[in-house]
Amino acid sequence: MKLKQLSVFLENKPGRLREACGILAENNINLITLSLADTEQFGILRLIVDDCDTAQTVLKENGFVAKTTEVIAVEVKDEPGGLNQILKVEEEAGISVEYMYAFTIKSGENAVLLFRFDDMDKAIEALQKDGFNVLAAAEIHQRAAR
Amino acid sequence: MDIKLPSNKIFDPAETLPRADLKALQTQRLKETVARVQKVPYYQKAFAKAGVSGDSIQTLDDLRRLPFTTKADLRGEYPLGMLAVDRADILRFHGSSGTTGKPTMVAYTRNDLNMWAGLCARFLTAGGLRPEHTVQIAFGYGLFTGGFGLHYGVERVGASVIPASAGNTPKQVMLMMDMQTDAIVCTPSYALTLSEFILSNDIPRDALNLKYAYFGGEPWTQDMADRIESELGIACFNNYGLSEVLGPGVSGDCVYRDGMHISEDYFIVECIDPQTLEPVAPGEQGELVFTTLCREGMPVIRYRTRDIASLNPEPCRCGRTTVRMSRVTGRSDDMLIIKGVNVYPSQVEQALLRVEGTAPHYQIEIDRPDRTDVATVQVEMTEEAFSASMKKMQELKEKISRAVQGITGLRMNIELVSPNTLERFTGKARRVKDLRREKGII
Repeated sequence: MKLKQLSVFLENKPGRLREACGILAENNINLITLSLADTEQFGILRLIVDDCDTAQTVLKENGFVAKTTEVIAVEVKDEPGGLNQILKVEEEAGISVEYMYAFTIKSGENAVLLFRFDDMDKAIEALQKDGFNVLAAAEIHQRAAR
Repeated sequence: MDIKLPSNKIFDPAETLPRADLKALQTQRLKETVARVQKVPYYQKAFAKAGVSGDSIQTLDDLRRLPFTTKADLRGEYPLGMLAVDRADILRFHGSSGTTGKPTMVAYTRNDLNMWAGLCARFLTAGGLRPEHTVQIAFGYGLFTGGFGLHYGVERVGASVIPASAGNTPKQVMLMMDMQTDAIVCTPSYALTLSEFILSNDIPRDALNLKYAYFGGEPWTQDMADRIESELGIACFNNYGLSEVLGPGVSGDCVYRDGMHISEDYFIVECIDPQTLEPVAPGEQGELVFTTLCREGMPVIRYRTRDIASLNPEPCRCGRTTVRMSRVTGRSDDMLIIKGVNVYPSQVEQALLRVEGTAPHYQIEIDRPDRTDVATVQVEMTEEAFSASMKKMQELKEKISRAVQGITGLRMNIELVSPNTLERFTGKARRVKDLRREKGII
């Protein structure tokens, strides 16, 4: 159920993001989606890529701090209130969102959102109980490859 | 690996003198020392310049009226201007490792050498050395006071010496195994070299009989000691000294290793603010200043060591009544004044050691954009400390900030920077970038 996300520490300096992306490009790593959380001094680049382990290795070899974290991908109706439903389920289960972003890929007519919750297992359980489709990692990679 | 600490043993009953008796002894010896230095033209001039006559020094409090002596003063008297006895009475010379140019020469009479051996025997005994032990001395024998100082100290204890001298690691380890060496005297960084050699050559621990290490010659951190202790399973003891004052033997750890006992019957120690030259409160960091009480060849009055440490006058469990000094955490030359507060780069390092995962790679940048100083600590990010959660990253910054404030008393900006971006220096790390100085503000 869980998806491997690569997080990269980026000091806020001109060219750092491009440098990280350049290394990934050179090594033929495809970015499925990403988000950048930033403060005025540093940022955290969060990536879903087609080959997380290689991406981590090459970034580290080039002096970046890169770590993997687990996240989940959830299918949600692409209509007003779609995200609201997920957040409601988790709120009722007493779980908080640490961060989230979206996929550009779609699952049929549905959008796919990416979440990091403070309690991942409980979050998956609550969503599935409420009939949400939590996508398996393989599924995401398949869709991205298409 | 577990270490076994020795029993508590005191070499010289004088180490346990009641404080009142110690003060009386210090007073008497201070008067003798002041009389002795009257023969040295340098001190005659220095006292006259300060407007003090030697005869007016009657109590320990009077010491503060005497002028300080600095390294530059000693250098100015090179080679033997500071000699207080006839040259014929000198048995040995040593020299301090002058990083630039000529060394500072020091001279020892027979009584000086006798005293020195006894003072080294004090800290060796405190650190577990007994007459049945064999000690390998891996300090260089030469002008440097470490080798010979410890050599005669070990003999004074009655233990046997292997004067292996510095270097040649395979031979050191061979001797350690074949001679079943009980203790080693070396710099802590050399102990790490030995440890690496032993581990990488798969030498079984029971092939060695090593129990204790006596470190000196360079400052070391608790982290280094912990690593050596766990890798080699030996107990490490710190000792302190400097050739201008005597050499090793000024102070050393007891078995409780909670500060080094200063042999106050032979030295008066002061701890001063290097800026104001006023004494700092007990427990506060300052520059150590020593006055020798029994040295004949080259007595020194209020010698400014430039070493930063703190003093602890609390009685110790070991029974010694002498004041204890902390390990040396920096040099007064490194001291920064930020918003009027004295800060040593080593304090920032200490703070970082308290926050898990923050590497020892940091730099302090100080600027004064308007009228207030702004200090920023740049810390290199590590995988251990990094988190994908912004909240955790902000918490990390806050944790570092609180640790820095806890030790320095100052709120500093914390910047997390990419690994391997701060300058690396092979020798001394340049930890400070003072933009105020670069801009000519201070």
